[in-house]
Amino acid sequence: MLLSTTDLMSVVDWSRAQFAMTAIYHWLFVPLTLGLGFICAIMETIYYRSGNPFWKRTVKFWMRIFGINFAIGVATGIILEFEFGTNWSNYSHFVGDIFGAPLAIEGIMAFFMESTFIAVMFFGWNKVSKGFHLASTWLTAIGANLSALWILVANAWMQYPVGMTFNPETARNEMTSFWEVLFSPVAMNKFFHTVTSGYVLAAVVVIGISAWFLLKKREEVMARKSMVVAALFGGVSMLLLLWTGDGSAKIIAKVQPMKLASMEALYDGKSGAGLSVIGLLKNESQRSQEDEPFHFNLEVPKMLSWLSFGDGNAYVAGINDLIDGNPEQGILSTEEKMRRGRIAIEALADYRDARQSGDSTRIASTLQKFDPKTQEGKAFLNDYFKYFGYGYLTSPQDTVPNVPLIFYAFRVMVGLGCYFLLLFIVVLYLAKKERLGQYPWMNHLMLWSIPLVYLCSVSGWIVAEFGRQPWTIQDLLPTVAAVSRVDSTSVMVTFFIFVALFTTLLIAELMIMTRQIKIGPHDEQ
Amino acid sequence: MDTYMILQHYWWFIISLLGALLVFLLFVQGGQGLLYTIGRTEPQRNMIVNSLGRKWEFTFTTLVTFGGAFFASFPLFYSTSFGGAFYVWMLILLVFVIQAVAYEFRRKPHNFLGEKTYNAFLIINGVAGAFLLGAAVATLFTGAPFTVDRMNLTHYQGWNTISQWDTPWRGLDALSDYRNWALGFSVLFLSRVLGLEYFLNNIDDQEITERSRKHLLYNAIPFVVCFLVFAISLMFSSGWTVDPSTGVISTEDYKYLHNFLAMPLLLVLFLLGVVAVLWSIWIGIRQGSRRAIWFGGAGTVLTVLALLLVAGYNNTAYYPSLTDMQSSLTIYNSSSSEFTLRVMSFVSILIPFVVAYIWYAWRAMNRKRISREEMENEEHLY
Repeated sequence: MLLSTTDLMSVVDWSRAQFAMTAIYHWLFVPLTLGLGFICAIMETIYYRSGNPFWKRTVKFWMRIFGINFAIGVATGIILEFEFGTNWSNYSHFVGDIFGAPLAIEGIMAFFMESTFIAVMFFGWNKVSKGFHLASTWLTAIGANLSALWILVANAWMQYPVGMTFNPETARNEMTSFWEVLFSPVAMNKFFHTVTSGYVLAAVVVIGISAWFLLKKREEVMARKSMVVAALFGGVSMLLLLWTGDGSAKIIAKVQPMKLASMEALYDGKSGAGLSVIGLLKNESQRSQEDEPFHFNLEVPKMLSWLSFGDGNAYVAGINDLIDGNPEQGILSTEEKMRRGRIAIEALADYRDARQSGDSTRIASTLQKFDPKTQEGKAFLNDYFKYFGYGYLTSPQDTVPNVPLIFYAFRVMVGLGCYFLLLFIVVLYLAKKERLGQYPWMNHLMLWSIPLVYLCSVSGWIVAEFGRQPWTIQDLLPTVAAVSRVDSTSVMVTFFIFVALFTTLLIAELMIMTRQIKIGPHDEQ
Repeated sequence: MDTYMILQHYWWFIISLLGALLVFLLFVQGGQGLLYTIGRTEPQRNMIVNSLGRKWEFTFTTLVTFGGAFFASFPLFYSTSFGGAFYVWMLILLVFVIQAVAYEFRRKPHNFLGEKTYNAFLIINGVAGAFLLGAAVATLFTGAPFTVDRMNLTHYQGWNTISQWDTPWRGLDALSDYRNWALGFSVLFLSRVLGLEYFLNNIDDQEITERSRKHLLYNAIPFVVCFLVFAISLMFSSGWTVDPSTGVISTEDYKYLHNFLAMPLLLVLFLLGVVAVLWSIWIGIRQGSRRAIWFGGAGTVLTVLALLLVAGYNNTAYYPSLTDMQSSLTIYNSSSSEFTLRVMSFVSILIPFVVAYIWYAWRAMNRKRISREEMENEEHLY
């Protein structure tokens, strides 16, 4: 079937849209599952130890919320796994050897744990012992978090591919070290940063729902106690979140400098770069290169250099440095990387031709370039193959992601994160003073924090995922070379079908959820 | 056989086992499809949904794990079939997405779409899910129109897709082969047979039991007919065979019959499985036996396992290409690297532990059958 190059770009765009849409929908539900699972487990532990039926009633209420949310999380999750194949077939081949393993382990280790024990958690109250039930609640929460571990390991590997080597014979990357993939600094940071963001989200949701009960003067004891558990859990998580956020910035500075530059809208690199606290960007298309990128910009001097490299005077590369190159700082221009990428692709073509000719000397000499054990191979892999993916790009500008989107999303994420930390502290302070719920405006604020925490969470996703465009695998495979050969109409049609379906299900979920909250906890029969 | 080949065979076994377990677990889909046939009243339907509702996640998880394990061990199949038969896989996804919310949402107040819509979701998933999976699996024997050329990656401008589908039908082309229909319907009716046997086992209600026995017969007949059509045509089908030393693929008449004869153990497993399924149907219809599902389940696992092993073992192309024979996928040319298969093999040691805790939790939860009393007293209901 012949498909034109114009169609290629359209397929890439629709496939990206489809993946982004399903991933964002999925990510609306997962963080609550990650955090609420543990909050339920903590509450049930209090019940187990104290025997106080109040806690049983409370935990059952939160479990109901968990269940509704969990179902739609599962529904939006299955499609993502299969989209790697349906929409990104080259990707599945090129890195399936590495990427597939964590996905399979996720299924074997985590999904079965979750699905087995969630049934006990919901239906086992009168069927199994108290201890077995408590263990099931913990195992459900752990299972959910283990799923997150493996998929984030896979995601982190895409952003920072390690522990593999390219095999020209199979024309794909193959794993050489499982531990390097699992314990890559990006993977560990990403895992802890992402799951703790889920814990914070769940804590804010629990606080917000509890605030609603306080406003309605219903279930006030449950609301106050739930708030305290949530604020403690959220507060501790927030500290971890800040720490891993800082770690992420340091790693991104090294492995994804374009993402860092976009987060800061830093066009021209500098030593002692300041961190923009808040700024208003000028419209890209109406600005010449000499113009300042900001209408106004409030920044903390030297902070970006310090946060990125632990040194206030360190040089932080800007978007223009990465595009045009900066020999002083040892940065290659994108044009040069594209040239080298094409040489790497041509080396693969040479190997193909050699194999077709059947000339064993030629085969051996073309293979040598890809052999990391030889001097020639090492140099080729480091100087040329490293930029393999650049060879597929048509213009250096392709490597610049959507700067304003990432810049603002980053500020929304960090700004709201700081606000939630303050919120947890205030809740704990008021609880200590026994004044929790006394100020209606405060309760309103907590309730309205629920949409804010979702906005914060999705902003984080945008920074991480839009920020790495155009790469499906950093520097090795851009989206344009990763996509399936499907006509764009097919992808577009399925995109709209799933948008309609997920939106309908989201409305249903919100209606059911608000109704269940209004019903409140059930009394024991 | 060197280590790499052993690992490739081992992972084809794991995939086949997961596929076999998945077909057994499709009893959930089968049961869903019979929601209104067996559940004539509201309380009966609630018993059915709640009985199936405590198992649906296993089917779903097995499907997801089957996909993940296939991706990890034979990634070229993933990129070829999923990226190629785009419409079919998207349809399968769609019918599973609607299932996942239906249980939890159907009877919750203010559920936006109403209980009947969610029941319809369950029925669509129950019928279309089972049929489509069956028809998709049939293409492992009957083939599909695709071309694979890894070196397409060397085109740095324009399309460089490795796996290409050669018709615009994107998987719907499978409907032109009657054998795919036959296996699709076999799986559909088998899932209904298993669903009915599960009701006999799990639901404590006289009317449901009686009705299930009756419908067991109605579903067993088309199952046997369709399955015979598929099995007999398979025995007469030619298949693609690969020379493992050169990788060259050629046609072999009666390939699957030869495979069974070359691997008599699989033939025994297959026949044992078929007999067990037939026996389960017999005792289900005759006595309404609660044990029917065990024979039916075990029989299904054995039969499907044998069939899938026959599709990939004995140097057979498990995904024959109808347009370019040399593009056909075999367990040798489509697998992950030796290192990855080895790593995953260590992980697979966990599988018995997973099975053990699932077993333990099921037993704890299934001590009592679903009854009307439970429906009235239980707080968390679907």
